[in-house]
Amino acid sequence: KQLNVRDALNSALDEELARDERVFILGEEVAQYDGAYKVTKNLWKKYGDERVIDTPITEMGFAGVAVGAAMAGLRPVCEFMTWNFAMQAIDHIINSAAKTLYMSAGLVKVPIVFRGPNGAAAGVAAQHSQDFGPWYAQCPGLKVVAPYSSEDARGLLKSAIRDDAPVVFLENEILYGLPFDISGEAMDKEFLIPIGKAKVEKQGKNVTLVSYSRGVQTCIEAAKELQKLNVDAEVINLRSLRPIDLDTIIQSVKKTNHLITVEQGWPVCGIGSEISASIVEGEAFNYLDAPILRVTGADVPMPYAKGLEAMALPQAHDVVSAVRQCLNIRQN
Amino acid sequence: MSSEASFQVKDYKLHKLEQGPSTNVTVTRDDALKYYHDMVRVRRMETAASNMYKEKIIRGFCHLYSGQEACAVGIEAAIRRDDAVITAYRAHGWTLTRGATMTQVLAELTGRQSGVQYGKGGSMHMYLPNFYGGNGIVGAQIPLGTGIALALKYKKTDNLCVTLYGDGAANQGQVFEAYNMAALWKLPVIYVCENNGFGMGTSAERSSASTAYYTRGDYIPGIWVDAMDVLAMREATHFAAEHCRTGKGPIVLEAATYRYYGHSMSDPGTSYRKREQVEEVRKSRDPIAHFKDRLLSSGLSTEEELKSIEQDVVKEVAEAVQIAKSDKELPPDELWTDVYPDNDQFKFRGVTPMSIKQGRKSARQQ
Repeated sequence: KQLNVRDALNSALDEELARDERVFILGEEVAQYDGAYKVTKNLWKKYGDERVIDTPITEMGFAGVAVGAAMAGLRPVCEFMTWNFAMQAIDHIINSAAKTLYMSAGLVKVPIVFRGPNGAAAGVAAQHSQDFGPWYAQCPGLKVVAPYSSEDARGLLKSAIRDDAPVVFLENEILYGLPFDISGEAMDKEFLIPIGKAKVEKQGKNVTLVSYSRGVQTCIEAAKELQKLNVDAEVINLRSLRPIDLDTIIQSVKKTNHLITVEQGWPVCGIGSEISASIVEGEAFNYLDAPILRVTGADVPMPYAKGLEAMALPQAHDVVSAVRQCLNIRQN
Repeated sequence: MSSEASFQVKDYKLHKLEQGPSTNVTVTRDDALKYYHDMVRVRRMETAASNMYKEKIIRGFCHLYSGQEACAVGIEAAIRRDDAVITAYRAHGWTLTRGATMTQVLAELTGRQSGVQYGKGGSMHMYLPNFYGGNGIVGAQIPLGTGIALALKYKKTDNLCVTLYGDGAANQGQVFEAYNMAALWKLPVIYVCENNGFGMGTSAERSSASTAYYTRGDYIPGIWVDAMDVLAMREATHFAAEHCRTGKGPIVLEAATYRYYGHSMSDPGTSYRKREQVEEVRKSRDPIAHFKDRLLSSGLSTEEELKSIEQDVVKEVAEAVQIAKSDKELPPDELWTDVYPDNDQFKFRGVTPMSIKQGRKSARQQ
């Protein structure tokens, strides 16, 4: 059976709304419009005004309202039409949500999910094409997840809603419409993916490719190309950016002795930078046969023109070329 | 002695209201003595905090509530224990009136384990059940309080959330974002603008194109109240609480008050206002002295009785200060607790890669 990511997210929201009265959704156009990207389709019709709440265009305000409701015992799912707009609300995500449990010495929990599309879509230019993974992953108190497949979307969203901590849930617009095979197990109402555990999407023995969200798709494409060069790549889908599952990466590096990180975000202080530093500091360093390489978005704001946009985002051939460099495979 | 007495309070100013709270306020002897006691407790505790700050026992920020006691005490007198309160960084007085012990407040200021947050929060971050802080980001508590009110309505209670901010924070954009949603959704929230005349060193007149803060909710009704008078504050809050509990949605109270100390302990408060102004308020409008006059002139109490209340408070402060100074800090392991509700599922990195710790839950979290 196949399911696209949008429907996977929608089914997870539906099941969690049905399961727990304290769960509600708020955000711009989530109710009567059926969601700007239709992730909340039909939920308002099913659950009504109290459970699916249209807000005015007021990011800082409704993010704060959502956090306050979580402090007082509800379990809000706060949708940002895109994570780019959440920059107007970042104070409430970091200062109000992430730090309150610690500041209150365990008294005030903030069980909330902030979710919406993140990263580059297609042709939407600089203000709408940014990966906020590293921004939020830096902050203790938050959990940060970035699903790739429909299975990820269902299992991680259900776990996020049931988690007592604030969770930043980074979706991707391009992946919304992508169909994935889905197992009966993943369609179960109690299907949960633990936050903080990566998934090995493809086993391999020559090089480890680590990525998240849409970057995983790029890695899988690259791994197919690499097979033609007799390179057997292992592909790790991080699923969580905080905490990052270093153990899975370390195990893989010990096997392949080569590591490449892939992400759509900018290179400076990125997820790849963090993984690279953590591997160098730890036990896996001695297993490396070559320097770790980062494949990232180009270090520029996103251009609009199609050709330039493609150059600013990692493509499969960029990953292949980094693998060649890492494994010292010459061009024919 | 009289068992109750009535007093005339200053006229309120009304916005979008046909009728306001009564200016003739009756108080029982028991209640009056309690208000006096509560205000004196806040005043004396803050004086002790000021002294400890000067002795360098209190670190970092320390914003004192002295002068504003009638706000917290008057509001508390008109709401219920299960109603919610959220305020800004000037939170010591509120933490006390919401039910913390004086030791819990002062030991929090000294960062010791008897503190209300065991020393993890400090001056601006104190919490209790139904007290959501203590917020160090100017204005952030306003949408938070609105969301707390949303939760109270969602859960079908008749509770309300008192959401406090200063005249400085009143110009933050998120105030108006919150007003809008609260009015749209008829949320049970009392917005209290504690107008003490200054946001740090900027007077209300220099920060606000309109200083009529009780009207700035536009479509939300508002009341200006003399917040140097605990009885006026109580009466106005009663009115506002009734408004919320009967489903009429939010209401704004502008609590006209004054702070005696600078913005924080690092501010001598002499460059932007004159010492004489502070002295003048202390002499003519002090909420405790003013209330004391009423207690004596009406025969609700006597000099001796009030003296004895003050002596009790002095003793309470001395004991709290002693513990706040001598108590221990939390043990080092507590650095790693309370980051996540499931803290034991995490590893935490210390300062070097050699200091990676398995997280654990604190005794409090278990």
